[in-house]
Amino acid sequence: METTRRGFLQVSGLAVFAGLTYSLSTQTKAFASEVDPDWKLIRTEESTSVCCYCSGGCGLVISVRDGELINIEGDSDHPINEGGLCSKGASLFQLRNVIDPETREVIPNPNRVTRPLVRRAGASDWEELSWDDAIEEIARRVKDTRDATFVEKDKGVIANRCDGIASLGGAQLHSEDQYGVVKTMRGLGLVAIDNQARV
Amino acid sequence: MTGHYCDLSNSDVFLTIGSNNVECHPVSAKWVQKAHDKGATWIVVDPRFTRTAACADIYSPIRAGTDIAFFGGMAKYILDNDLWQKEYVRNYTNAAYLLDPGFDFDVKTGMFSGWNEQTKSYEFSTWGYQVDETIPADASPTGAFAWTTEDGVPEFTPPGNKVPKKDMSLEDPQCIFQIFKKHYERYDLDTVSAVCGISVETLELVYKTFGSTGAPDKAGTIMYALGQTQHHYGVQNTRAMGVIQLLLGNIGLAGGGLNALRGEPNVQGSTDMGLLVHNTPGYLAWPTVAKYPNLRTWLDLETSSGGFYTNKPKLFISQLKEWFGSNATLQNDYGYDWLPKLGSDNDVTTMSTFELMNTGFIKGYFLWGQNPAQSTANTKFAREAMSKLDWMVAIDIVETETASFWRAPDLDPATIDTEVFLLPAALPFEKAGTVVNSGRWLQWRYKAVEPFDQAKPDLEICDLLWKEIVKLYKDEGGANPEPILNIKWDYDIDGKIDPRAVAQALNGYVIEGKKLLTTFGDLKADGSTASAMWIYAGFYANNDAPLDPSEQKVGARGREDKGGLALFQQWSWAWPLNRRVLYNRASADVDGKPWDSSRSLVNWTGDAWDNNDVADFVASRVVDGAPTPVAPNNNAFFMNWDQIGRLMIHSLDMPVPEHYEPFESPTDNALNGRENSPMIRFADKESVKKGTREEYPIAVTTYSVVEHWQSGSQTRHCPALVEAMPHQFVEVPEKLAEERGIKNGDLCRVFNNRGSIHVHAFVTPRLHTLLINGKEVHQIGLPHHWGWASMYSTGDVVNDLAPNVGDPGSYIPEYKAFLVDIEKA
Ligand code: SF4
Repeated sequence: METTRRGFLQVSGLAVFAGLTYSLSTQTKAFASEVDPDWKLIRTEESTSVCCYCSGGCGLVISVRDGELINIEGDSDHPINEGGLCSKGASLFQLRNVIDPETREVIPNPNRVTRPLVRRAGASDWEELSWDDAIEEIARRVKDTRDATFVEKDKGVIANRCDGIASLGGAQLHSEDQYGVVKTMRGLGLVAIDNQARV
Repeated sequence: MTGHYCDLSNSDVFLTIGSNNVECHPVSAKWVQKAHDKGATWIVVDPRFTRTAACADIYSPIRAGTDIAFFGGMAKYILDNDLWQKEYVRNYTNAAYLLDPGFDFDVKTGMFSGWNEQTKSYEFSTWGYQVDETIPADASPTGAFAWTTEDGVPEFTPPGNKVPKKDMSLEDPQCIFQIFKKHYERYDLDTVSAVCGISVETLELVYKTFGSTGAPDKAGTIMYALGQTQHHYGVQNTRAMGVIQLLLGNIGLAGGGLNALRGEPNVQGSTDMGLLVHNTPGYLAWPTVAKYPNLRTWLDLETSSGGFYTNKPKLFISQLKEWFGSNATLQNDYGYDWLPKLGSDNDVTTMSTFELMNTGFIKGYFLWGQNPAQSTANTKFAREAMSKLDWMVAIDIVETETASFWRAPDLDPATIDTEVFLLPAALPFEKAGTVVNSGRWLQWRYKAVEPFDQAKPDLEICDLLWKEIVKLYKDEGGANPEPILNIKWDYDIDGKIDPRAVAQALNGYVIEGKKLLTTFGDLKADGSTASAMWIYAGFYANNDAPLDPSEQKVGARGREDKGGLALFQQWSWAWPLNRRVLYNRASADVDGKPWDSSRSLVNWTGDAWDNNDVADFVASRVVDGAPTPVAPNNNAFFMNWDQIGRLMIHSLDMPVPEHYEPFESPTDNALNGRENSPMIRFADKESVKKGTREEYPIAVTTYSVVEHWQSGSQTRHCPALVEAMPHQFVEVPEKLAEERGIKNGDLCRVFNNRGSIHVHAFVTPRLHTLLINGKEVHQIGLPHHWGWASMYSTGDVVNDLAPNVGDPGSYIPEYKAFLVDIEKA
């Protein structure tokens, strides 16, 4: 099976990796006719990705059917991992979906947080809130704290610094996300900015 | 990494030290194994007999925290036994440079010359070169600074270039080679053996084996990770390794180098991005009140007198242009004063932020997928400090220990007023964007599925927040709104924030017509170019398909391997400029001939360079409008002003690595009269609660296992991984177990002044009782992945025990060597 799959990916060539995640459906259907209809990757669309654990950068092939994740495996064309994955990489699927021990159905990983939550002062649990409310409430708190702790001049020098807020993290994010974080946080005037590189 | 993962297959000898790469970076082992199969030798030095050690040819135990003693001994052995790479050291390092006559090290006090008791830091006047003359900066039409006279370039004074005095025979007692040699005279085999707990025979075998790579045609590599960096002298540990690799002529070679196996999938990226107190994206200095009060002082002080960084103003002005867009003009110093400037009253690196929360100075806290309530040093103190915050916003995929710090087992939610928002983040394959691995390869992740339910990519969350905050400041005003309102925030495509637009900003472009740049060589200091991250110039530069990552270098999937050295030049893209092996000029002799023709990265044919890798030196220059090859010279490290590798150097805490003991150590310092480095950070803080070796006689080191990752906030939520490694344990050497009556599987209490945790004992011969300075020392080991927040696997927080003291340069805590006691619970 492995060889066939790899062969397929190579034949489809760049189309597979054209960046349009769902561009593959036609080729996949054509392929489907050649294989056992019970094969788990039948009628899937594929895209490539990179593992999110160590800094090895192992390549992944991600298979999706009807918008839902079906499989993640090592990318056999990838020069670093040549198709292999370690225990963490091999279980990436479970970050999104797990098997319900009772029903044996694939279900969303119940540990995931999927809605904005707030824990109010003194409370012992979370409350759900809408994105709009969450953003509005957070922006208000950020502004209040910034306004109260802003240092426009420090020892006679223009400082334009917000002392009262800190930001931590980013090493798990994409570089584009990171630029978003650095630009918004620095933009507010934060200087207490660090990430996992400090660990 | 100075090289990259596949390049490991080119090595003759591997030294894994301060890393357990088979478990923690498994794919690295694949490439080590390829070389091993061809006959390479693998040495592992580690406090534990790890799974990596099990694969090695030579294993040596070591007491955690004694790496400088180990490498100092190796330096002495290499010099005493004439194993150093002579031509390399003479030409490509500062061995021949004469050091200031005032330089001194006092073994009795353990102090270098230049200590200032008032500022508790060193002054560097005696740590520098003797200077022959200073050549003024050349701004004439053919000079290095010709561009400074162009319209739009802000005024500043480029520095003159110092010409150091040298003795190429390396015999002058004041030359760095001789001073270096003298410094390590104390590091003889017997002393190092007693300090590190390694037998003299093993030490000799390791030194001899790795020292064999000093032969010009041999390549040795060092792989390290947090075992080297998480010490209060972690930066000097790293330098000690760099110095060894310079002595052996291993830096810049295929299969050589100093290879940091970094800890997170995109921590290379987040370091590049300046998500750190002291940097802007691309490793430029973040403005400070004291040192850089205005743009001119920044340019005056940061522009280098020689090497590539003579161009630094081009990088910085282009960054300001990307940041503020058309609002940045020559007249307003390109918006320099809108950037927040660091003050000097408070340190604000991670550990200090908890002190500042504790006093109420810091009131709000953003967390982007990091979990300090579990992972910072002295977590118990950190959680208490967090409970003083007004608000916290955690952006994450699960409820981490940090998002739920208020319900930590040792805190009472009813007494904590902090409001905590937890925003659901998308998984890596639920969004698109770039990740940078340890080998500096930038790779694109395509979006495979929609985020779960209402989860969102972090970039989109930034966008929502930013737009709302801008609106508030527009509507209501407030503390200086200028820096906020002048920021350029134009990353929408089809009306929605889009990582491809940010990728273009990171790559850099000519502003007129937004033409993407293929090299940072085209950046200008006159405001006509914009670039968020100069080192990424070229990764996303195809102007014909700016919206298609698969048509960009970041999405490249070519399998060709020109030169057969596993460089894979056509697969993805490595910063800078798709260079795969940094410092590759040093892989060839002064005439440009490779030390080993079968591992040729760069090669001067007599009239041209025939290279397999992108040159890391000035290989060509435009003369009369045409690119013209530049004949070989010895400028092999052209990111330094002196363009050479440095055996000794001005640096914050030590001009040359010297052994000190961990903050909490089981023994006295046998190499000099001082226990800890005088520059240790935060040792005087009340929160640290130092323990003595009389109270806590057991040395401990913390580490990772292959089935889990960091704070476990991903892996402890995956049932397969939890099944493979269900819970926490403490590794106890057999002798200690016997002494304390601890049996395999017993529940134990491990404790010190900072905390107390309960874990099951794993009695093992993998950890050793070592003979240190004539006394037996037990070392135990604690994996650090657990906490209370998971449906599948929970445990006590090991980092409650780690001391919140750190390195003066990196501010990284000392997780890897401290003291505890252990008893059966
Ligand atoms: S699969 Fe394993 S070795 Fe590869 S990047 Fe992921 S964690 Fe690292």
